Amino acid sequence: MAQSQETQEVVDKTDVSGINDDYKYGFHDPEVSVFKVDKGLTADTVRAISAKKEEPAWMTEFRLEAFKTFQEKPMPKWGNTSLLNSIDFDEIYYYLKPAEQMENSWDDVPEYIKNTFEKLGIPEAERKFLAGVSAQYESEVVYHSLQEEIEKQGVIFTDMDTGLREYEDLVKKYWATVIPPADNKFAALNSSVWSGGSFVYIPPGVEVTMPLQAYFRINSENMGQFERTMIIADEGSRVHYIEGCTAPTYVADSLHSAVVELIALPGSHLRYTTIQNWSKNVYNLVTKRAIAYENATVEWVDGNLGSKLTMKFPCVYLVGEGAHGEILSVAFSNAGQHQDAGAKIYHVAPNTTSRITSKSISKGGGRSSYRGMVKVYPGAVGSKVHVECDALLMDKDSRSDTYPTMEIAEEQVQVEHEARVSKVGDEQLFYLMSRGLTEEEALVMVVNGFIEPFVKELPMEYAVELNRLIQLEMEGSVG
Amino acid sequence: MSDEGPLFEARGLRVAIEGKEILRGVDLTINRGEVHALMGRNGSGKSTLAYVALGHPHYEVLGGQILYKGVDVTELDTDVRARMGMFLAFQYPMAIPGVTVSKFMHSALKARATDNGDDSNSSNGQGSFKTAGTIPIREFRQNLTKAMDLLGVDKSFTGRYVNDGFSGGEKKRLEILQMFMLQPEFSILDETDSGLDIDALKTVAEGVNATRSPERSHLVITHYQRVLNYIEPDVVHVMMDGKIVRTGGPELSQALEEQGYEWLEDELLQPAGK
Repeated sequence: MAQSQETQEVVDKTDVSGINDDYKYGFHDPEVSVFKVDKGLTADTVRAISAKKEEPAWMTEFRLEAFKTFQEKPMPKWGNTSLLNSIDFDEIYYYLKPAEQMENSWDDVPEYIKNTFEKLGIPEAERKFLAGVSAQYESEVVYHSLQEEIEKQGVIFTDMDTGLREYEDLVKKYWATVIPPADNKFAALNSSVWSGGSFVYIPPGVEVTMPLQAYFRINSENMGQFERTMIIADEGSRVHYIEGCTAPTYVADSLHSAVVELIALPGSHLRYTTIQNWSKNVYNLVTKRAIAYENATVEWVDGNLGSKLTMKFPCVYLVGEGAHGEILSVAFSNAGQHQDAGAKIYHVAPNTTSRITSKSISKGGGRSSYRGMVKVYPGAVGSKVHVECDALLMDKDSRSDTYPTMEIAEEQVQVEHEARVSKVGDEQLFYLMSRGLTEEEALVMVVNGFIEPFVKELPMEYAVELNRLIQLEMEGSVG
Repeated sequence: MSDEGPLFEARGLRVAIEGKEILRGVDLTINRGEVHALMGRNGSGKSTLAYVALGHPHYEVLGGQILYKGVDVTELDTDVRARMGMFLAFQYPMAIPGVTVSKFMHSALKARATDNGDDSNSSNGQGSFKTAGTIPIREFRQNLTKAMDLLGVDKSFTGRYVNDGFSGGEKKRLEILQMFMLQPEFSILDETDSGLDIDALKTVAEGVNATRSPERSHLVITHYQRVLNYIEPDVVHVMMDGKIVRTGGPELSQALEEQGYEWLEDELLQPAGK
């Protein structure tokens, strides 16, 4: 019971006054954790997490090695270093297991979690969709159910912990092959303390027609969230995975550092869609990377709202001939926020193609950065690269930067790069207002139009939700 | 707000942009049911009058008043004036990338159905189309299709983004389509005829003529007599150097067409009573 008392104390210290006004979805459920390791990170903490999960020895070793790497690696020396260096790793809980056990059917899902969905305004039709969802609540997946249909197809869609237990060979084969712990400090951190996330495997030739959806929330003050997701699309298969996030409000800073590895085997088609709306104190430092083999296609569709600092650069390695990579992203930064987002594409094989479309909106003094890397290796003949960056500035206090890097080591390639910065103009607003729209309605219309190329790639319910979030972000923007 | 008296009035209107006085005392009265033509050379202040009538934020009113339905709207926001029934067909319509014509039009109709806190929308239901705020989306689509048929506007318009990549003629057609759908009581057409081929010009004329009624008024701003062959004005004004210097009937535009603006300038320079 000592554990839950500690939890209680943490909750009591939470002072949410004034912050709930800013963050519409900022509400807490009472914590019901039964197991929580101490604040801060040591090798013992790492061992304790692994032991609690009853993991195989190789995973414990992997975590401990990664922990060493984490300790040795310096903080990145680029990006928003002042914010990065303000993270206090000793003030974070690295593991939290809720009292709820794995759920198998919607009826068994605890009422207060359903309430959370209710408050998020997820429509009834979408809740039915959730039948095929694994929703991560706190650090463990508490609800997981597979549609019978995809089960029959041999699709595996489970949380990462279960994946490791039940499909150890498959997990071990690909584990950390795309993102090794030494990739960066936060990948190392995730590798040492990871918990939850999704494990997805699509057998050869199987097409999953319905998107697989996962919901993530962090719900504990100072609770770092380190989910680990791995998706393997076997030869000729097709899948669309959707991750949607919204977080409650905290006073203390909160760290979210995920690792997502995608493996697209020859001829497969893998799309990964994210809409994140972290509360404005969250550090969202995520490593996402895919490997696309011969004639495979990988698409990252990535929408970032909220957070204090987001650093996220979805990446595709095109290692097989004819592979295609596509990264479509939107970042919205409001007051006190820095969205440092971008894309990375590596053309390693001949006749590989890629397209990057990045859109950012900065408002109320918010800052958006596009950081891109396109690299074409010698021998990747016939490759085509198209990069398009659009920035929209809502006012003169906001900021947009572009850091595009291109390293082209092969001559027979086609490279296109376009970058535009536009401001919402008085003439545009006058035009819309002359049709009877208020200034705020006019602004919302311009912004929604700006991100339309992104929104039209989303399933209907997500498109509606995103438009609503934009509307919330734009509220009060007219003085 | 009054149903009596003129629909639109400018009284001694003086307007500057970036410190430079453009309108130097404009008086203009437009009654319900009338079509007025405002002619004049480039830089005479015609477009400034159009912008300031709708409250463009870059223009500064130095003196005088703008009245609409007897209400002084000089200080009102653009959207409020629009919801009171004023409309401007732009000379250079703005592109709104990512927003389809259909969505844009629906939003505009909904906005017009919004109450301004007065009875300014009491006439909204009187037109051939009700506002989308009170009609289902299906009916809106049907009305839009009907309007496009009538004006000879291509069906592909509805799914295209507003003025994005539109040709000059397509932009003007879209302005007229909006005017037709929104059924404003007072429409200003700012050189909508400029640079149009004869087919597009007929669309513009058709739009004005189809919305002509005893309750509605139009102010057609133009360089040329040409469009007035298709839209017969009740009153013609000539603007020079920020003032209306001559007002007459359709014969005035004919005289300008035949003799040019120099004729009028010469005549104005003659001592009065000659």
